[in-house]
Amino acid sequence: MKLLFERSVPGRKQTIFPDLDVPEVSFDQTLLRDKAPRLPQMAEVDLGRHYTELAKQTHGVNDGFYPLGSCTMKYNPRVNEQVSALSGFTDIHPLQPAETAQGCLRAMYELEGMLAEICGMDAMTLQPAAGAHGEYTGLLLIRAHHLAKGDTARTKIIVPDSAHGTNPASAVMAGFTVVSVPSNEAGGVDLDALRAAVGEDTAGLMLTNPNTLGLFDPNILEICRIVHEAGGLCYYDGANLNAVMGHARPGDMGFDCVHVNLHKTFSTPHGGGGPGSGPVGCKAFLAPYLPGPQVTKSADGSFSFVQPEQSVGKVRSFYGNFLVTVRALAYILTLGKEGIPEASEAAVLNANYLAHLLSKAGYTLPYGERCMHEFVIDVGPLKAETGASAMDVAKRLLDFDVHPPTMYFPLIVHEALMVEPTETESRETLDEFVSLMTNILAEAREDGERLHGAPFTRPIGRPDEVTAARKPCLHYVFDEEA
Amino acid sequence: MGSYIPETHEGRADMLTAIGLESAEELYSVVPEEVRSGELNLPEGLSELEVVSHMEALANENVRFGTVLRGAGAYRHHIPAIVKTVTSKEEFVTAYTPYQAEISQGVLQSIFEYQTQICELTGMDVSNASVYDGATAAAEAVLMCLDRKRGEVVVAESVNPDVITVIKTYCASRNVPVVTVGMKDDLTLDLEALQAAIGPKTAAVYVQSPNYLGVIEDMDAIVAATHGAGAKLVMGFNPISLGILRTPGEYGADVAVAEGQPLGLPLGFGGPYLGIMAATKAMMRKLPGRIVGQTTDADGRRAFVLTLQAREQHIRREKASSNICSNEALCAMTASVYLATVGPDGLAQAARLSAGHAHYLADKLAELGFAVVSDRPFFNEFLTTCPIDADQLVDALEARGILAGLPTHGGILWCATELNTRSDIDRAVQAIKEVCDR
Repeated sequence: MKLLFERSVPGRKQTIFPDLDVPEVSFDQTLLRDKAPRLPQMAEVDLGRHYTELAKQTHGVNDGFYPLGSCTMKYNPRVNEQVSALSGFTDIHPLQPAETAQGCLRAMYELEGMLAEICGMDAMTLQPAAGAHGEYTGLLLIRAHHLAKGDTARTKIIVPDSAHGTNPASAVMAGFTVVSVPSNEAGGVDLDALRAAVGEDTAGLMLTNPNTLGLFDPNILEICRIVHEAGGLCYYDGANLNAVMGHARPGDMGFDCVHVNLHKTFSTPHGGGGPGSGPVGCKAFLAPYLPGPQVTKSADGSFSFVQPEQSVGKVRSFYGNFLVTVRALAYILTLGKEGIPEASEAAVLNANYLAHLLSKAGYTLPYGERCMHEFVIDVGPLKAETGASAMDVAKRLLDFDVHPPTMYFPLIVHEALMVEPTETESRETLDEFVSLMTNILAEAREDGERLHGAPFTRPIGRPDEVTAARKPCLHYVFDEEA
Repeated sequence: MGSYIPETHEGRADMLTAIGLESAEELYSVVPEEVRSGELNLPEGLSELEVVSHMEALANENVRFGTVLRGAGAYRHHIPAIVKTVTSKEEFVTAYTPYQAEISQGVLQSIFEYQTQICELTGMDVSNASVYDGATAAAEAVLMCLDRKRGEVVVAESVNPDVITVIKTYCASRNVPVVTVGMKDDLTLDLEALQAAIGPKTAAVYVQSPNYLGVIEDMDAIVAATHGAGAKLVMGFNPISLGILRTPGEYGADVAVAEGQPLGLPLGFGGPYLGIMAATKAMMRKLPGRIVGQTTDADGRRAFVLTLQAREQHIRREKASSNICSNEALCAMTASVYLATVGPDGLAQAARLSAGHAHYLADKLAELGFAVVSDRPFFNEFLTTCPIDADQLVDALEARGILAGLPTHGGILWCATELNTRSDIDRAVQAIKEVCDR
C-alpha cells in the first residue's frame, strides 16, 4: 500500500476554508516557520480511497472472532456510537458554565453511580483516560491515604507474578517500589508468600480477580485480610471485571479501590488502541483524595463541580474521555440490573464451553477446564511434540480471519495462548473456532516446521521486528532526504 | 431489557449440558458465598428506542452555543466532512492495539503516517503514537527528561493551569520538585526569574507558546537560558498555529507536546482528546507509549510494526519508561486525516483565519473599553480587561447564545477560530456593546 506521502501531488487540494474576511495579521518574520510542513496534497476522492484500503487491512470486531485474552473484545453496539455523536454532547465546551452543561454533568453522575454499584464502591471518578491511567490514579489515592496518616514508611506495592505489566509500571510511576509474589500451584496467590511479603512497608496489593489465568481466587477474603492486617490497602485491577459483574463485587471481596476499563467491560470500542476510559472507584475513606473536580448533586436536583478537600490533583485535563463514558452509560442503561449479571454469566459460559472443547480436541489447559471469562492454553507440550509454538498457532489463525488469542501472557505459562471469547459470540462461532484449532493441531502434527511460515495468505508475512528495533525508521523519508 | 448476547436461553442451556454442568450457578461455584452479590441496585434494562430517548434528553439539557469565543485549552474548529467518515469506519473503530502486524497493516500504517505528519508539523525527529491528552503529554515529557543528576522540573506559570496541575500531580508521586516561574506584566514568562530558577538539578523547563493567555513567548531566549544551564526544554504548542508559526524544532526544543484536539476532534466536554508528543532523536528511547516503525517481511515487502517495545510496560514491567498502554489511537488517526485533508495550504489558512479573526475581535473589543492586556504578539487568544462585572457579561451573552471568553487573571480570555467569521464577530460585539450600555 502506498503511503499518504507517496500519493501526494503538489497543487492538489480540497477547499475546506474560505478566503480571509478580515485583514491578515502580519507576524514578524522571526515568528514564522521557515518552510511549510510536507503534509499530503490530495483530492478528497483519493484520500477516501486511501483509508478504505487501510480499513481493508485492519481487523476489527466486525471482521471476525477476536478472542484476545484480557482485552474483552466484545461487540461494540451501534446505538452507543450514535448517542455519543449527538451534537448536544460533542459541541459542549468543557469550560462552559456548569448550568449550561447540566446534561453532561447528569450523564457523569448517573454513570458514576452505576459503576460504583457494580463495583461495590462508594465514589467514582471518570477522569482517568485508560486502564493503566486508572491504576496510577488508584495508587495515588493509596499513597495519599498513608501520607495523610503520617505513615511515610509504606513504600511498597505487592504485585503477583501473573499480573498485567501495567501494574508494576503504574506502581513505579506512583512512587512505589514493587514486590512480586509468586502464584501457587492452583494459579492463585501463594498465601504464605503473601504473608511473608507484607509488613510495615506495605502500601498495598494490586490484584486482578479473576486473574490473568482466568481463575477466581477462592482465597480472596483471606488475601485482603492479610494485606489489611498489615496496614496496606487492596487495589482491584478491573481488567477482568467482565467475569463477575453482578456476581461478585470487588468492594465485597475486600478491595478499597478499583479501576474499570470501559473499553473492555462496558463495550466501548478500542479504536485501534484508544481512546479508552479507566474510571476509578473507591471506598468512602479514600474519596477525599480523588482527583478533581467531582460532580455533585444539589438538593434542588442541579449538578455542579466540587473539588475534593484533599485531592491528589488532576491526572488529565478536564473530566476524562467524556464521549467514551457516554457510550458506557448507554450500555449499562440497555442491559440494566438483569442484563449486567447475565452478560458476565454468558461470558463465563462461553469461555468454559470453549475450554472444554479445546481440551477435548487435544490442547493442554494447565489449570484445568474450569475457568471464569478466559483461560490459558499451554502450547508447550505441542511445541515439544511438533516444534510448533504458541506464535505459530497464533499466526496460522490469521489465515482464517480470526484474531489470535493473546500470546505469551501471562508470563508464568511460557507458551501461553490466552483465550477470551466474551459473551457476544454465538455457539456456532465458538464451534468454528474449535474446528479451526483442531485443524491447526493436525497441521502441526503433520509438519510442525511448516507453521513457522504462517500466515500464508496475508498481504505481508511475519515482519522483521529485530531490524525494526535496531535500525528504527519511525517516519516516512521524503525523496529529497533519501 | 436489552442484550447483546446472541445465544438464546435454550442454546445456553445446551452449552451447559455439553460441558457437564446442570445450571449456570455452577459456573460461579468457586466464588465464596460471602462475596456473592445480591441483586444490583440498577434500573431495569431498556430497549434501544428508550435508550436513545434517555440520551437525547440528556444531550438536550446542554446549551449549544451558536457563537463560541472561549478556548483556554479546548477549541471549536471546523471539522471537514471526510474526517468523521474515515474515522467512523468500523475496522478502525473496533480494532484493538495492533499486536498482530499481519492483519493490522492498515492501522499500523496510519500511525506511521501520523508520526510522519507530527514530525513535519513540529520540526522534531520522532513522534510517538499519542498519549491521553495535552496535559499528560506535558507531564510525561518532563518526566522523560529526568536523569540521575537532574531531578527537578521548572514550569512557567504562563502555561495552562490544568497542565500545571497535572504536571505537579505526576511529579509529586515521584518526589520530583516542581518550581514555577511567574510572568511579567506583558503576560510573558519572566526571563530573569527563569534564569534564577534553573539550577544544576533542573532536568526540564516546560513552556507553552502561544501561552495560556495567548501571548507568543520569546522562545529563542527561553531555549538559550534552558540549554545554557544544561536542562532540556519541553515546549507546548498549538497545532493549528504551526500552519504558519515557527516550530518547536526550529526553536531547538528537546520535546514538543500539544493538545491535539484542534485537529479534527470535537469539543466533546473535554474528551477524548489527543496528546501529541514529539522529540529529538537523542530522546527517542525515552519516549513513552506506542511507536510504529517500518521494516520488511521475509520476502522484502514493506511492513509496519510496533517497535522499540523494550521501553514499554508489557516487556519491562517496573522498569518501563511509562505505564501507558491504551492511548488515543483513533484520535491520532483523526488528526492524521485532518492534516491530510487540509494539506499545508489549508492548515496555514486555518491559522491565518484564526489569528485574523482574533485580532479583529480584539480591535472591536478595544473600542468598547476591553483593553488588550499585553502588547506582545498573540495568535488566536488574548486577555482583555473587563469594564463591567465579568460574570454579568458571561450571563448576559449566554442569554444571547454566545459563549463569552473565560473570566480569568482579572480579565477575560477571548478566543477566535476560523468559525468566528467577521459577521459573527460583529454580531457578538454588538451584543457585548448592548450589555455594557445597560
